[in-house]
Amino acid sequence: MRRVGVVGVGHGKFGNRSDASVQELAFEAYRAAVKDAKISPEEIDASVIGSVPEYMKQRSLSGVVQEYLGLNPRPVWLTEVACASGSAAIRTAWMAIRSGLHDVVAVVGCQKMTDLSTPEILALMGRVGEVQWESVFGTTFPGYYAMFAQRHMHEFGTTREQLAAVAVKNHYYGARNPNALFRKEITVAKALASEPVASPLLVYDCCANADGAACVILATEEKAKKMRSDVVWLDGVGAATASMSVLRRPELTGLPSASEAARQAYAMAGTTAKDVDVAEVHDCFTIAEVMAYEDLGFCGKGEGGRFAADRQSWIGGSTPVNLDGGLKSKGHPIGATGVSMAYEIVRQLRGECGERQVPNAAVGLTHNVGGIGQYCFVHLFRRD
Amino acid sequence: MFEWFGKVSFCPSTKVDAFAQHLKDGRIMGSRCKGCGRISYPPVADCPKCLSGDFEWMEMSGRGTVMTLTKISAAPAGFEDEAPFVIGVADLEETGRCLAWFGKTIPEEEIRIGMPVQVVPRIFEDIPEIKVYYTLEKPGTTWTKGSSA
Repeated sequence: MRRVGVVGVGHGKFGNRSDASVQELAFEAYRAAVKDAKISPEEIDASVIGSVPEYMKQRSLSGVVQEYLGLNPRPVWLTEVACASGSAAIRTAWMAIRSGLHDVVAVVGCQKMTDLSTPEILALMGRVGEVQWESVFGTTFPGYYAMFAQRHMHEFGTTREQLAAVAVKNHYYGARNPNALFRKEITVAKALASEPVASPLLVYDCCANADGAACVILATEEKAKKMRSDVVWLDGVGAATASMSVLRRPELTGLPSASEAARQAYAMAGTTAKDVDVAEVHDCFTIAEVMAYEDLGFCGKGEGGRFAADRQSWIGGSTPVNLDGGLKSKGHPIGATGVSMAYEIVRQLRGECGERQVPNAAVGLTHNVGGIGQYCFVHLFRRD
Repeated sequence: MFEWFGKVSFCPSTKVDAFAQHLKDGRIMGSRCKGCGRISYPPVADCPKCLSGDFEWMEMSGRGTVMTLTKISAAPAGFEDEAPFVIGVADLEETGRCLAWFGKTIPEEEIRIGMPVQVVPRIFEDIPEIKVYYTLEKPGTTWTKGSSA
């Protein structure tokens, strides 16, 4: 089977981007990726957009983005699986290339969120739960992860301080990432003193809504090798789902979709958790990163809190995680997030991350979750 | 009639809409598949195991155990007046789970994972149209017509 390689990556500034429309955000990331690939736009056969349109006024987003990127009449399509839309777009681009249909595909994750008010976003996001039986009680997105956190604390003795340790790490690295929304270090004490959102989660346990875009360009093995010598290969793709409703999940201390997606991706790439040199995981909330350590096999079940507190996910630890600051510090433009993760891993594997660089990283992983684990995509990247 | 269920309804049409009428009459109902006997709570009209679309109602005891909970301070649109409020997920005795607010019979400081609760039907009395829901209450709490949390 032919490999699929990443030949270009681009990233725009995440944050409150009231200066730009969604297609303009998409263009920033796309232009950077085309320049990084050192190719001409004519070489791109198709594009896939990862985005969640219900946060934006523009309907049928793919059309406006494709036109603005100047890629008509080439095909475009949208993938939508909540916060995992970006990784779903990468997966379908991978499929399009592996099938032989297309040779070079641009994946653009783009999102505007700040056009809506915070209560409107809380209401929209809360409805990523099951609206018939759950949203009627005013559930929110933080509220769902809070219920996982309560259960994790109850079963494994995970502490508030351990959750805060995740936020401290991600702010530390985010302070060193020019594309991040929050670029300030914090302390455990500061995190613990922040306002309650949904117990036990406080403001500093939660990522922020943001606008932003990221782009990766994928190509067939033959074309990728001609385009650059330091190709990063997408060698393992895994995807799985879990029930929409928390009422139909067997347990609430992990995401079964994540462990299954990871199993598939490790198997396809012929790797294990131990081989992963650097990872990007979906830390929409601190507890989500703790559960990701466990679901991905970076530590044992129930050990995620200690893994964070022992700095095992820092550079120098057993598996460095979210060295771009994660969703927590970068901000979470939901359609762009999965592509942003791939951007960071590719740059880590190319050795381009400066003071945030994991020395000699050769295997990288992304873990992108939609909703409260209804969807999960795990991708394994490798350099030769 | 499913728009009766919940202060804010997001799902006005469903094949299990009689749930709301039962709730208004003081009963918490699950479903039993007539094809294979599978019991579901919350109720479902269709069975993903045997694919039957034929079901019957089954009254639940409402007895359960708190599985997890959260106190929501940052409320979504439509629930600002209720915040902060405590939501719990209870494992039900027969099968399934129920997500609901804790009612007044359980003081907030006594709420714990693992505690037994009773799911009790409720009516919003300060809302002119019919609006029904349920709360998690101390075991033994019974429904009475017109009762409110």
